[in-house]
Parts: sequence; C-alpha cells; structure tokens
Amino acid sequence: MATPVRPTEKAGSAPRSGREPGRWAGLAARLRPRATFARHALLALVALVVVVLLLELTGPFRNSQFATMSYYAIAAAGLTVLTGLNGQISLGHGALMAVGAYTAGLLLPAGIPLLVVLVIAAGVTAVVGVIVGAAASRLKGPYLAGATLAFAVAVPGLAIHFDEALGGEQGLAVPSPRAPEWFADAVYFLSANETSSAKYLAYVGWTVAIVAFLLLANLAASRIGRIWRAVRDDEVAAELAGIRLSPVRVLAFTVSAACAGLAGGVLGVVVRLAAPTGFTIVLSISLLTAVVLGGLGSLFGAVLGSALLVFLPPAVTNLGASAGLSDVQSAQLAPFVYGAVLILVILLAPGGVVGTVRARWHARTTAPAEAPEERTGRS
Amino acid sequence: MTAPPADPAPGPGSPVAGSGGDDVLFAVDDVSVRFGGLVALDQVSLAVPPRGVHGVIGPNGAGKTTLFNVCCGFVRPDSGTLRWHGAAVRRLRPHQLAGMGIARTLQGVGLFRGLTVAENVMVGADRHRRAGFLSGLLALRRSDRDERALRERALAALGELGAAHHADQLPGSLPYPVQKRVALARALVAEPELLLLDEPASGLGGDEMDELGDLLRGLADRMAVVLVEHHMDLVMSVCDRITVLDFGKVVAEGPPDDVRDDPAVVAAYLGEEAHR
Ligand SMILES: Nc1ncnc2c1ncn2[C@@H]1O[C@H](COP(=O)(O)OP(=O)(O)O)[C@@H](O)[C@H]1O
Ligand SMILES: [Mg+2]
Repeated sequence: MATPVRPTEKAGSAPRSGREPGRWAGLAARLRPRATFARHALLALVALVVVVLLLELTGPFRNSQFATMSYYAIAAAGLTVLTGLNGQISLGHGALMAVGAYTAGLLLPAGIPLLVVLVIAAGVTAVVGVIVGAAASRLKGPYLAGATLAFAVAVPGLAIHFDEALGGEQGLAVPSPRAPEWFADAVYFLSANETSSAKYLAYVGWTVAIVAFLLLANLAASRIGRIWRAVRDDEVAAELAGIRLSPVRVLAFTVSAACAGLAGGVLGVVVRLAAPTGFTIVLSISLLTAVVLGGLGSLFGAVLGSALLVFLPPAVTNLGASAGLSDVQSAQLAPFVYGAVLILVILLAPGGVVGTVRARWHARTTAPAEAPEERTGRS
Repeated sequence: MTAPPADPAPGPGSPVAGSGGDDVLFAVDDVSVRFGGLVALDQVSLAVPPRGVHGVIGPNGAGKTTLFNVCCGFVRPDSGTLRWHGAAVRRLRPHQLAGMGIARTLQGVGLFRGLTVAENVMVGADRHRRAGFLSGLLALRRSDRDERALRERALAALGELGAAHHADQLPGSLPYPVQKRVALARALVAEPELLLLDEPASGLGGDEMDELGDLLRGLADRMAVVLVEHHMDLVMSVCDRITVLDFGKVVAEGPPDDVRDDPAVVAAYLGEEAHR
C-alpha cells in the first residue's frame, strides 16, 4: 500500500536486488569470462591440470582405477543430461555402452586410429539412440523405464546370437593401443615417470571425458539445455511456447546415447574386451546410481558419482577385512553399503551431493534478499 | 469464487470499433466437443476482432477451458471449424500456436519450476531465436549473442509487468501474484496477435486485480485478448464483448451492459448459486 507509482523498468537495469555481493563473489564475477566458450574452456584446462597431477602422483593401480572412472564419468554425464535436464529415465545406457564397445572391438583390429574409432563409436551409438529415443519419446515414467530395460536385456543377447561376428559369450578382444613415442616422452619430461599402459589409457579416457564434458556443458548452457529443462518441467506450457516435444526428447536421448557410445569405446580399450557379461543391467543401474548420488543434472555430480562407483567398493571391502570379516563377507559388504548410501541420499539429500551443496549455498547467499517493493498501489 | 454480476465499474472506454464481425482475426464456428456422453461444447461460435478484450464467462464446468483447449489444439472438436485471419485451420497442433501468433496462459500458473524467471520468459521468446544445435554445442559467439538477445527480450517483457528484478529467482520462491505476472510475461514476449488468458485473476487481491484490468486494457490496444474469468467485476469493466457459456452452450453474447441483464445469464448464475 505504499507507493502509488507503477515501476516501469528498463530492460538492462534488471537484477539489482538489495543485497551486496560478498567480496569474493564479486571478484569471482569479475574474473569470470563473459563468453561461454572461454568460461568452459578455462574449466576444462583446470580439469586437465587436475588429471595430470592425479595421474602423475599415483601409481599404476590407481591409474587403472582412474581409467575405469573415466568411462563411468562419460556415460554418467550423458545420463545426467538425459535424466536430470530432460526428465527421461533410461535403464538402457549399459546396452548403449555395449554398442560403443563392440564398435571399437570391430574397428580397432582394422588398424583405424583410436581417436577415429571413438568418434565412430559415438556416432553409431547416437544412431541407435535416435531409434530408441524416438520410441522412448512417446513413453513416460515406468513405461519408459520398462522399454529401456527391455532394450538393455535384448542387446547382450544380440552379441550371443551373432556369435560369428561378435564372439558370442566370450566377446571380442579389443586391442589396447600403445602410447605413442611423443606421448611417453612428454610424460617423462613432465614427471620423469614411465608411461605404463594403464596411465596411457587413463590419459586417453580423461582427455575424451574432458572434451565430452565441455560439449555437454556448452549444450546445457545454451537454449537447447533450457528447452530440455522446460520440457522436463511442464509439457503443456512448453508446447504452448512453440516447442515440439518429440524432437526435443529424441535430441536429448541421442546426445546422451553418443556419450554412452563414447564411454563404451573407452571401456573397450581399457578392459580390452567387449563381452555380453560386461553390459548387464547392473551397469545401467550403476550409472543411474552414480547420477543420483552425484546430483541429477549436474556434470560435476556425474564425476563425483563415478568416483563413488570406482572407489567406494574396494574401500568398503578393505574396511570389512580390517574389521576382521572374512574375504567373502567383506566382499559382500560393498553392495550393502552401496545400497545403504543410495537410500540415505534419496531420503536425506534428494538433490544428491551437488544439489544439496548448491541449495545450502543458495540459501546462504540469497536469504536477506529484500526485493524492492512490489507493485502494491494502484496507479 | 464467483461473484454475482455486481455493480459495474465505469467502463474503461467505449467498445472498440469493428468488434461486430466484419473484421475478424480469429473465429470459432459451430464447434462441438463431446467427452463420452458429456457434451462439453455444443455448437459454440465466437468471433474475435484484432483489437479489444473478449470475455468468456459461465459457471464452473460450462466448457470455458475446453473452448481454450480446442483453440490450442489440445482437444480436437467433433465438429465445427476454427478460422485464423479468415482461413480455416485444420489439424491444429499446440506447438504451432506460437509461430502463428497465438499465446495462451494456463489456468493456475504453469511455470517451469526448475528455470529462473528470466529463463521461463526466454522459453516464451524462443521463436525469435537464431542459434541452432551446433552453435550451442560448440558455444559459438552466435549462440552467446542469441542468448543475450533473448534475455534482453525477456527482461523487457518482465519489466513491462514490473517483475524484472525477480529475473534470476526461481518462480517457486515468489508470491503467487508475481508468478502469474511472470506467466503473462512469458506469453507476451512472443508478441502474439491473440492472447488467450485462462482465469488470470484467480488468487489475486483487489488491488492486483485492478492493475490487471488496466494492463489488459493496455494490451487490447495492440492485440486481441480473450479472457476466461470468474471475477465479474473484472470481466464487466474490462471486456468489450462477452460470450456466456452454460452447459456447453452459448446462452448470451454482446457488450457487458446487455449481457449483465440478460435473463439467461442471470438464470445460469442463479443455477450455480443453487448448486452450492
Ligand atoms: N479431458 C476431459 N475429459 C472428460 N471430460 C472433460 C475433459 N475436460 C473437461 N471435461 C468436462 O467438460 C466440462 C467442461 O469443463 P471445463 O471446460 O473445464 O469447464 P470450465 O473451464 O468452464 O470450468 C466439465 O463437465 C468437465 O468435467
Ligand atoms: Mg476452467
């Protein structure tokens, strides 16, 4: 009932709410590059430095764990975009990884360079993703989960059916590429370390992961990401804004499938094998778990989640062993702790790690935001 | 919620010329919709001129929202046609509306709750986009430029409704009336020729409702507004013409003063009162 003035705001002068940004927030804002690409490239560079430090400061065993983590991270990133940003659930991403891994297994022996093979693996899987996504775009909730589950179950069966080409139960041996001379030299120059095969594969995996994350971050920050989220939140309102739902959903599924294919290709060379047993429904569920634990829709959450996938089970097993359990008992402890963590996260922090931290941060920084008086009076 | 036809506020201006029928932007001709045995719309016709506010009123369940759903392609009529700029519209799909120049707000709020206020409105402005998938994927300058342009449009639309300072907040954190204004901004940012408003005043206080009335009168100078509303004061003071629905049928049509005293209208609303 205060001012009888109708605020007529101009476009530019908008977000001036009553709060003072903290000194650090202000500094960070000033140092933040304006262009999206520069901003994301800077983050990618930081990530690369972290990866080099981690891989050079740890031994071959940890290196191979990091190599494993790289393909989980790529696949989880694709899944978090699909599920977190576009609201589609998929239990079929393990099978999509299989497509990528088998593609690598078929093409690498033909002498095609690794990088080209990985790009083809992503492309082939993207095409499969278009088909699955087109079917999925008409389904929702449990029906979508069921359909992708059927896909997940059917694909390993294909490998057994076409055992001439795909190696049946045994699967395909995937030749593991050796580190090129210049690469080993560069690593030696940097840290005086030898380049083990595990280390090379970890570098390959994380380089691919960083590029994939960069592209996904770009998409998520663009109008494509906004439209994905709009369709997730309210279909009717999105349609009224001129958005065709099906193509938007299929696009999200395709992008997500391309990531799964890329991850599958990396998995193939890291594990040196593409076999049906590697792509059971357990893989799909593990990926979903990683995405939920890390925080739906967050790329950084996908990294955290995949770290949990790789490092939590052995840590729990060790803990069990040192607490005096037998080997078998402590091995069984891992899935139990895993399930317990998942349930706890869903109950206590449904936003996942990243979502919860972000919410806390948001609450702290915007709590005293006193908006200028709303239009109360009549004019 | 329904106020009986109350004392008229003095009309905001004389009815816009041409609201008769010679100059029609959007027309509904003899549309019928059945849901199973229920006749939700029965031979309903409506002619909307390019400027002005056309009210659609009627008791709960009269078929107002269904009429909007037909206009938007969410419900296919069993018979009858729609005409846009004089041409018959066949197989209307909801996502085509924005491109045609038709915007609609939903009963309730219908905002994207995971998107900030500015992002919500930017989705509404999406038909002005330039950048495509590749420039987004590679974060080309084109994409950034496009985003800036969309955001500026969104902030301008929000500014017009006095909500620009909420741009970076999530809609769920805002009072209901502000959310409704954001939803309106999302519709307006598409620069529609025809704006369909489904109960824009629900949940608003008296002052806010008066402001909404002023706003609608302002909009009526540059577009056609079709208003479904329960609040009689608002409808009577804002509309140039009113169509009254009851049990899916048009029971009256005309300027507010005629409709107010129409015995069929009084009967329809008395019937509703008796139901309670
Ligand atoms: N999708 C639908 N399926 C079946 N009946 C419906 C559907 N939509 C509306 N109806 C019925 O049609 C009638 C008109 O509803 P509606 O258009 O929502 O009325 P109003 O908006 O005037 O209150 C009501 O009896 C309602 O129950
Ligand atoms: Mg209604």
